[in-house]
Amino acid sequence: MADISYLKNLCTQVRRDIVRMVFNVQSGHPGGSLGCTEFFVALYGNVLKHSPKPFRMEGKNQDLFFLSNGHISPVWYSVLARSGYFPVKELGTFRKINTRLQGHPATHEGLPGVRIASGSLGQGISAAIGAALAKRLDGDKRRVFCLTGDGELEEGQCWEAMMFAAHHRVDNLIVTVDWNGQQIDGPTDQVISLGNLPAKWKAFGWDVLILEKGNDLEAVIAMLRKAKRRSGKGKPVVILMKTEMGYGVDFMQGTHKWHGKAPNQEQFESAMKQLGETPLGDF
Amino acid sequence: MNINELTSSASRATREGFGAGLLELGRQNPNVVGLTADLMESLLMQHFQKEFPERFFQCGIAEANMMGIAAGLATAGKIPFTGTFANFSTGRVYDQIRQSIAYSHKNVKICASHAGVTLGEDGATHQILEDIGMMRMLPGMVVINPCDYNQTKAATMAIAEYHGPVYLRFGRPAWPIFTPENQKFKIGKALHLASGKDVTIFATGHLVWTSIEAAKELAGQGISCEVINIHTIKPLDEEAILDSVSKTRAVVVAEEHQRNGGLGDAIANLLVHKLPVPMEYVGVNDSFGESGKPAELLEKYGMGKKDVLWAVKDVLDRK
Repeated sequence: MADISYLKNLCTQVRRDIVRMVFNVQSGHPGGSLGCTEFFVALYGNVLKHSPKPFRMEGKNQDLFFLSNGHISPVWYSVLARSGYFPVKELGTFRKINTRLQGHPATHEGLPGVRIASGSLGQGISAAIGAALAKRLDGDKRRVFCLTGDGELEEGQCWEAMMFAAHHRVDNLIVTVDWNGQQIDGPTDQVISLGNLPAKWKAFGWDVLILEKGNDLEAVIAMLRKAKRRSGKGKPVVILMKTEMGYGVDFMQGTHKWHGKAPNQEQFESAMKQLGETPLGDF
Repeated sequence: MNINELTSSASRATREGFGAGLLELGRQNPNVVGLTADLMESLLMQHFQKEFPERFFQCGIAEANMMGIAAGLATAGKIPFTGTFANFSTGRVYDQIRQSIAYSHKNVKICASHAGVTLGEDGATHQILEDIGMMRMLPGMVVINPCDYNQTKAATMAIAEYHGPVYLRFGRPAWPIFTPENQKFKIGKALHLASGKDVTIFATGHLVWTSIEAAKELAGQGISCEVINIHTIKPLDEEAILDSVSKTRAVVVAEEHQRNGGLGDAIANLLVHKLPVPMEYVGVNDSFGESGKPAELLEKYGMGKKDVLWAVKDVLDRK
């Protein structure tokens, strides 16, 4: 396990990667990526039992992760690369022709670390349940993690999956919801209100944990560890994780407007200055 | 083989062949798992479920989730067989199949019963006639429509040996059995049923038997039909098709599907590039079905024996 000061540096470096990747091709989704940086760094750097090399699709005796809200690919790609799944310099190919780093994650080009395509929303929890069932059949004690957006929960398939996981007692599954309250057309409360999210998950039979500080690395690590302890007790576990979209770059923070928009040269320079350099170095 | 040697002494539904095949497969391959969306008994999956309860997952009336779970099971090394009606196996969940299964190249077997108008009295809401078209458009998807009980059983077992997504389509009604028991099924290998020189009838699914009956009648009128069972619509056995057509130079394609997008279009696509000849479709002409008995519906919607007879005569006139 990496020490906390390294992981904090890594958070900064991942944010630099996200902004640079999106700036380079003038497309991509920086807002949710920046908001989920602590989650990915905590998960890959401190929580998952995984082996980046050689990458094995089936992932037997490893923890598995499924990203449902595939548009936040920049943060995932950066963390995968910096965890050893593929060369860091490959981040420079994001969204360019012939890349393995597709706009939305895919298995088609064989990028290590990605187990299923995502982007069309609402499908990730189902896939994670399937992998969790397979682990149960195999007597494999490792867990399956999944991240989904909050706006994404407007997709009906999510609720189908929630019912299934509770009914079949899929308790080796830990889903995290990026509860940033924003989606493309505005705040979720204005687009389609999610209502009382904790009560809804609870009513669907899940063990519900709430993380108020989703952009505090130590809080995220503590919560993921708590969720692991709560698993294996007959219920699937969900962490409702409050984050700020665009966290770390002042003009991107707390608004839906940077969901899928790239910074211009001046904004890029301002973002990089705010984030500051790290010993890890840019791609 | 002579067309008159193709006979049938018993009838059973193709979906029963699926149920029997899945049970046998379960005994042979511990990685095979079953899923259903509240239609277990309609697809005869209860035999598998009773013997392997821990390997069977009831998903409830939630097909989208079922497809996603199947993709996840396949990711972790299982061979999932999903079972529901063809309508709910395709159109209802097209995006889930496209992203989580086809694009992600997952080893999921999408098993679809009650396809076409032979579903009968339930009517057009359930009688999907567009499924072959939708599924064959997906890159990397294998599309199979076996013709009788024995072939459906064999196909069910064969697809577990192939790594990749498969759409297996079958139907509801009892249907004549005429292929051998315990046959070997080769994906993508067309089956030559009867030799002829005037016209080739390519048929798939239930309409293979209809085509055999039509060919017998035509033989009595001195018209010699080659009959080929295209159980695998994708990948298409191009060699077998071109071999036969280069001999007969006239083609009829028969399927329980829209003329748009089905086997007829797949063969037309091949022939227009390689060997253009007079060709006629037997299928539904841009219409929805309705309630009724299977035989009545096949007649009314242009997929009866009379339609094969008419199509053969039409292409021969144009030859």
